[in-house]
Amino acid sequence: MSARDRILERVRAGLKRPTPVSVARPERSLAPMARPVSHLLNDFIARAESLQSTVAQVADLNAVPAAVAEYLQAQGLPRKSVIWPSLKALDWFSSGLTAEARPPVSEDRLGITETFCGIAETGTLLLHSGVDHFSTTSLLPETHIAILRVDRLVERMEQAFALMQSELDQLPRATNFISGPSRTADIEQTIVIGAHGPRRVHIILVG
Amino acid sequence: MKIRSEQFKGNVRKQLADEALQSNLSRFGGGFADRRRDALVKVDDFEALRDRGASIRAEVLENLDYWLLKFEAEAQRRGTQVHWAETGAEANQILLNIARNAGVQRVVKSKSMVSEESGLNEVLTEAGMTVTETDLGEYILQLANEPPSHIIAPAIHKSRDEVSALFEKHHGTPRTDDIPSLCEEARGQLRPHFLAADMGVSGGNFLIAETGSVTIVTNEGNGRMVTTLPRVHVAMTGIEKVLPTLEDLSAILRLLPRSATGQDITNYVSILTGVRDEGAMDGPQENHVILVDNGRSRLLGGDLHDALRCIRCGACMNHCPVYQNIGGHAYGWVYPGPIGAILTPAFLGLEKALDLPQASTLCAACEVVCPVRIPLPDLMRVLREKELTQGLRPWHERLSIRLWRWLALHPGWYAFAARWGTRLLRGMAGSDRLLHTLPGLDGWTQGRDMPAPQGETFRDQWRKKQAAERKIIPIRLDSSPSEKKAGLKK
Repeated sequence: MSARDRILERVRAGLKRPTPVSVARPERSLAPMARPVSHLLNDFIARAESLQSTVAQVADLNAVPAAVAEYLQAQGLPRKSVIWPSLKALDWFSSGLTAEARPPVSEDRLGITETFCGIAETGTLLLHSGVDHFSTTSLLPETHIAILRVDRLVERMEQAFALMQSELDQLPRATNFISGPSRTADIEQTIVIGAHGPRRVHIILVG
Repeated sequence: MKIRSEQFKGNVRKQLADEALQSNLSRFGGGFADRRRDALVKVDDFEALRDRGASIRAEVLENLDYWLLKFEAEAQRRGTQVHWAETGAEANQILLNIARNAGVQRVVKSKSMVSEESGLNEVLTEAGMTVTETDLGEYILQLANEPPSHIIAPAIHKSRDEVSALFEKHHGTPRTDDIPSLCEEARGQLRPHFLAADMGVSGGNFLIAETGSVTIVTNEGNGRMVTTLPRVHVAMTGIEKVLPTLEDLSAILRLLPRSATGQDITNYVSILTGVRDEGAMDGPQENHVILVDNGRSRLLGGDLHDALRCIRCGACMNHCPVYQNIGGHAYGWVYPGPIGAILTPAFLGLEKALDLPQASTLCAACEVVCPVRIPLPDLMRVLREKELTQGLRPWHERLSIRLWRWLALHPGWYAFAARWGTRLLRGMAGSDRLLHTLPGLDGWTQGRDMPAPQGETFRDQWRKKQAAERKIIPIRLDSSPSEKKAGLKK
């Protein structure tokens, strides 16, 4: 008997029955949202900002490079970035930016990504991995700028998962909820922004 | 992890006498508990969420074998290798084999309490590998060579000065009392480790059965690094951590961070499924999950069954007056506080942790805050009863409980003993009406005086009161049969 068999045997013995072939789950309505959303866009922005993300809004995708340049200017950050390949077509050059479509190395200071969807309930960005969706772009650089289309905002987590199930063949290797810059409170419970991941998360809403 | 739960009383004495620790613990008080309270103010109906969380977790446990097998099948379908370990030692061996087969030299870890149960770091180090803890708290403790004292804030017992002293010793950097500088220093020290590691070891907050995913809930981003950068990822987690669906995860995620740190959501929630996609530039090429039993399956169907609902938020310890005074190390194993007082004896054996279920006033603060409604005080009471019936309490305690039981069953003698006992105590007290010592109970009187009983006993007073009332209100001696029946039930 393997460890697996012995563990399962003990589970069955404890529960006093053989392993069921199928399990009927109780009918449940959606779990209550902790904080209901009354206005998709406003609540998303307010909650993202409460988690120390910053938010800007532009009319269309072509306006993104200028918005990025403006943000970098205000923060005093260099105008050099690694981007997801899907953003290559944007005119970064005219806004005085260099944008390289490649996975980041640790020295890269700015990563720009798209966002699968935004969750208003918690002000969260949902990003997933893929051939052209480097997970590291939102992780290694100290600044992460996420581009999020306003029509990709959903109210609650369950809707974000449903959207993934309807649009993707299968769950991607990594699905990441990102809610603000990385932080720690491990020394004297004092919250410090910028632990191992980005120190800044800037969301550019499009639409 | 080395077991020190047997020496609870000695541990407590040491912790209480440790002035630096006491000063660090005094800071603890507000912290997490205040933040949780502030977070709940914004929540519509937290009680409904707790109901949902408790029912999801209870339902999983009812069919744990089914959900585990479903998880295993889905995970395997996505290329994750699933391993089962009966004990911590077995889990370590499995992980060591994975590491050896993959030619691993450098391991980075994000926080895993199960790997603390099994003492994984020691095993890997002995095998000649470099292991680096990357959660800031765990990293500090690795430098200090200490076990965690809290399940979500492992180094809560350390002050900034102590951290700075450790960093000075190990990094050769000048001392500072600036917390952000210390965090920055750790970031700088650990980044190269992430980049160079061959293997990442993480825990698993939840396993999702329908998708075969491991979910990790973190703030620092180290969990993401550990599961993204190295070519091998191994998640080590307990068999009870399954949730059926992503919908269930959504419900539980509304409870966990709020209960733990008072955050609406943690910075990162990573749902990890399978291995690196073909042609992708990041993610592990090898992905493993080790499902660890280590005493859990024994609890199913028994009187401690409900403890397996736990989602490891730490709210019970954050609100426990005993934990706040003695700190996590006193509990002597991986899980401190009220949940530790149950899990330690449950996993290791009652005889290994006799004092833990007693280390509570049963004030029930833990039960009030538990997001999955584990009846913690009831479970402690269950363990206390077991200790007594199995003859595991000291003779004088057993004798006094027998004596009390006999008295409680003989009201006349009870009244007699109470009347003379109070007189005796009154006689023993000085003119200040305080008892400074009590024979056999000096543990209690060491830190406080006991006021001597004054006046008559409750029973005497009650009898007088009844007699006085009888003079005014004639009582009916006959009663209806239904009233009699109700009386009998009591």
